[in-house]
Amino acid sequence: MTRWLPRTYLTLVYILLYVPIVVLVVFSFNESRTGYAWGGLSLRWYEALFNNRAMVNAMWNSLWLALSAATVSTVIGTLTALALHRYRFRGKKLLNGMLFVVMMSPEIVLAISLLALFLLVGLQLGYVSLLLAHVTFCLPFVVITVMARLSGFDESLPEAARDLGASDFTMTRTVLIPVIMPALLAGWLLGFTLSLDDVVVSTFVSGPSYEILPLRIYSMVRVGLKPEVNALGTLLLVFSLVMLMLSQWILVRSKR
Amino acid sequence: MHSIMQQPFKNAVLILVWGWLLFLVLAPNLLVVGASVMTRDPVSFLSLPLNLDAYRQLFDPLYLDVFLHSLYMAAMTTLVCLLIGYPFAWALSKVGKQRQLVLIFLLIVPFWTNSLVRTYALKLILATNGLLNSALMSVGLIDEPLQLLYTEGAVIIGLVYLLLPFMILPLYSVFEDLKQELLLASHDLGAGRLSTFVHVIVPLTLPGVLAGVMLVLLPAMGLFFVPDILGGSRNLLVGNVIKNQFLDARNWPFGAAASIVLTVTMAFLMFAHRLSKRRIGEEGA
Repeated sequence: MTRWLPRTYLTLVYILLYVPIVVLVVFSFNESRTGYAWGGLSLRWYEALFNNRAMVNAMWNSLWLALSAATVSTVIGTLTALALHRYRFRGKKLLNGMLFVVMMSPEIVLAISLLALFLLVGLQLGYVSLLLAHVTFCLPFVVITVMARLSGFDESLPEAARDLGASDFTMTRTVLIPVIMPALLAGWLLGFTLSLDDVVVSTFVSGPSYEILPLRIYSMVRVGLKPEVNALGTLLLVFSLVMLMLSQWILVRSKR
Repeated sequence: MHSIMQQPFKNAVLILVWGWLLFLVLAPNLLVVGASVMTRDPVSFLSLPLNLDAYRQLFDPLYLDVFLHSLYMAAMTTLVCLLIGYPFAWALSKVGKQRQLVLIFLLIVPFWTNSLVRTYALKLILATNGLLNSALMSVGLIDEPLQLLYTEGAVIIGLVYLLLPFMILPLYSVFEDLKQELLLASHDLGAGRLSTFVHVIVPLTLPGVLAGVMLVLLPAMGLFFVPDILGGSRNLLVGNVIKNQFLDARNWPFGAAASIVLTVTMAFLMFAHRLSKRRIGEEGA
């Protein structure tokens, strides 16, 4: 096959993938209110964004939720990965299976099942219900990230530590954790982003007491076009780009 | 071997993990199954007696239409993703290693970007006085704007745009594993390009195709915000029905039954995926 054909094709698909994003960024600096026509360069939508108190409030709520969900899921996910990697126990297959199901099942199925649970046990919908839900859907991603790192690692190190008299806990803390640190950070960043981006699950398990950013955006974009959303989208894009580059940098650096 | 001193740590970890999964994964899913066979109740959402009314309601012509239409849009989305993604993954696997890393990075950037915002960006392009219509009119291809937004096509475009990377990544990984020797052998045995493609490449990449189909088809039935933003009220997904039943109509048994349809579809696809992988494993051994 000629070389230019596949290359042209790849380029074409990338252009299609990026056109909407570029349009969004360009229009976020558009002075015009109608949103479709170019009215000159302006930062007015960024200004409008930061003058909108409900929006800024939702932003902080989302950041705090993503921070806490990523942290909790990294702790539990890392411990799970360690347990799956090192221990033999009953029901290991079932545990693996449940994680796989969480990862594969449509978000909406997870969302309604959690809503049913929260209402049954009488949990007030708000920060806590959001946190529990977000940790649950982030968990499998942390587990596979950490497992991948563990599977490519020299088994003689933990054995040596144990021969030298270290307890399981000490060995985990002093030998395993440093080895899996890059995967741990990458998993944390992934969880953070997943949480920040989630719409489907949050729609079901959030209450009026804790408004988060994706739901705020959702209610804005359902009716017509809102230029502020362009500005917000651009900020979110830059933010996730930084996060993604950070996680790639961590993973690549750790391989050296 | 584990001494008694090591047990507490292990036990603590296992209790935490099991507790989390049993309480927040297994129990809620059982609840949904339970809800689907109960009776609708305006006050407490659910009540006895047990019955299969909710499942019967799925076949009510009104909802059956919505389901079939949703399935059609999801199938089209999957097909378009496959048609774009298969050659894309193939081409990607042929690129030099260093460049491949950059290209994959570019592919997952959108995945890390807020999906609502990306769906909204499509609206800017597809709207009646949006960019696409303006561009087509200015070059004189059309005289008046086309109705692109609030159509079936807009929903499919939106879903493809959000889900394409999920088709490409599993396909890319099977193309990466494709052994060049097998292709050479096929060539040496006298097979032409088409024959090699049909008898060697397609079967070996089938697990990737099925994984991609699974990752695209199911979300394509559930992502209710895409029709909300791009599709108008006539192009609903199963996800919209589930959401309406749970949050607005308060008909939990019906919403639960609809979500079980999605779960069963998932189980079926997972089974097919396993089967195809096992077959290749046996042939390879």
